[in-house]
Amino acid sequence: MPQWIRACATDDVDEEDLIRFDHGGATYAIYHSPEGDFFATAGLCTHENVHLCDGLVMGHLIECPKHNGQFDYRTGEARRAPVCVNLRTFPVKVEGADVFIEVP
Amino acid sequence: MARRDYSLLGPDGARAVETGLAAAEWYHTDVPRKVMKELMQRSDQPAIRDTILLYGCMIGFASAGIALWGSWWCVPFWLAYGVLYGSASDSRWHECGHGTAFKTAWMNNAVYEIASFMIMRNSATWRWSHARHHTDTYIVGRDPEIAIMRPPAFVKLIGSFFGIPEVIDFFPRMIRNALSGPTAEERSFVPQSEWGKVQRVALVYLAIYAATVGLALWMQSILPLMVIGLPRLYGAWHHVMTGLLQHGGLADNVIDHRLNSRTVLMNPISRFIYWNMNYHVEHHMFPMVPYHALPRLHETIKHDLPSPNRSIPEAFAEMWPALRRQLAHEDFFLRRDLPPGAKPYREDFHRAALGEMPDALPAE
Ligand code: FES
Repeated sequence: MPQWIRACATDDVDEEDLIRFDHGGATYAIYHSPEGDFFATAGLCTHENVHLCDGLVMGHLIECPKHNGQFDYRTGEARRAPVCVNLRTFPVKVEGADVFIEVP
Repeated sequence: MARRDYSLLGPDGARAVETGLAAAEWYHTDVPRKVMKELMQRSDQPAIRDTILLYGCMIGFASAGIALWGSWWCVPFWLAYGVLYGSASDSRWHECGHGTAFKTAWMNNAVYEIASFMIMRNSATWRWSHARHHTDTYIVGRDPEIAIMRPPAFVKLIGSFFGIPEVIDFFPRMIRNALSGPTAEERSFVPQSEWGKVQRVALVYLAIYAATVGLALWMQSILPLMVIGLPRLYGAWHHVMTGLLQHGGLADNVIDHRLNSRTVLMNPISRFIYWNMNYHVEHHMFPMVPYHALPRLHETIKHDLPSPNRSIPEAFAEMWPALRRQLAHEDFFLRRDLPPGAKPYREDFHRAALGEMPDALPAE
C-alpha cells in the first residue's frame, strides 16, 4: 500500500544537488533541480549497486560516481553508458518546508 | 596463492564473484561534499584548449613530416607526431570515455571516437572494458585491462613500447568483430544491446585501414601509413611508459586503490600527453573528477595517500625491481607506507573476501 513519508526538509538539499534517504530497508535519492523543484528516484544505480548520492547533478541529469553513467532524474531515463536500465522514480510533494515521497 | 588465471571466464574470476571481491565497495578518502562537488564541476574550456593544441600540433608535425619526406629532417617531426597519435590518443580515449573531459557530451563523444580509432581500440567494446577496470581494478580474472600480469612477461612489455602485441591482437580481432561481432570473452562484459555497435565500429575501422593501405599501394609509398596506422607503433612508447606505472608492482586482489595504484609527479609535457592521469590513485578513487581538477584533488587528499613518486625515473626505479622480483615470487608486491594520520589500509576488506592474503615480501 503506497504511503507518503517525509524524506527531508527543503533546505536539506542544495539546488542542483541530491541527498540519500533510507526508509524501510530501501534507499532513495532526493533531488533539488535548478528550477527549485524536488524529485525522487531509487538510490542505487541500475548498472551496479552504487549509491547515487555521491554523484554529480548537472541540470536534470544525475551522473553516477562509479562509471559516470547518467540518468534524467525527472523521468529515470538512462542517458549515458554504461547505464542501460532506467532508474525507478517516485512521486514527490512539498508541504511547507518538508519534502515527502510516495513509497510503495 | 596458486598461479593466477587472468582469463575473464576462468576460475579466479569466478572465485572473486563468489567471495564478494568482485563489485565490492572500495575505500574512499573522506572529502566534504561541498569540496567534492566543486572538484567534480565540468568545463569545456580546458579540454577545448588542449584539443586545439593537440590536433593543431598533429597537423603541423605531419605536414612537416610529409614536406620533408625523403630527407632525415623528417624524422623528428614523425617522432613528435607519433607520440601525439600513438600516446596522447590513449589519454583522450580514457578521459572522454569517462565523459569528464568536456562538459558537452558530443565533444566527449567525438574526441573519444577519434582517439579510439588512433589507439586501435574498438570504441564500443572498450567503453565497457574500462567500466569493468573501474569496478574491479586489478582483480584477477575480472579486470580486462591488467597491463602487467604475474609473472611479468618482459618480452611482451618491451614489445608494448612499440605497440607490437597490441597491434598484433587488434587486426585479427577487428576482422573477427567486423565479421561476427564481439568475441565470447568480449560478450562477458559488453551488454547484448551493444553487440551490433561493436560490429559496425569494426567495419568502419576496416574500411579506413583498407583505404589507407590501398592509397599506399597506389602511391608505392608507406607515407599514408606514416599518417594513419604506423604511429600506433612508433609513437606508443610514452603511453606505455606512463601506463605501466599506473599499477605496476603494486597489489592485486585488493579493494583499496592506495594499495594498487600509483601517483607519479611528472613534467608538464608528459602531463599534457597523459592528461593528468599521473594522479592515478586520485582518478580511481574519484573517477568523477575531470583531468584538469586532479592536481587540486591531489592536494585535497594527499594526507591520506602514500607519497607520490617524484618523477618518471624514480617511479621506474621503484617498479622495475618489483616486477623482476615477481618473476620468482608471483605474490610479491610493493606496499607503500601511508603518511602519519592517514586511515590505515582496509586489508580486512579483501582478506575477508579472499579468505587469506599473503603479506608483501620485504623489498630487496
Ligand atoms: S555503477 Fe553507476 S554507472 Fe556503473
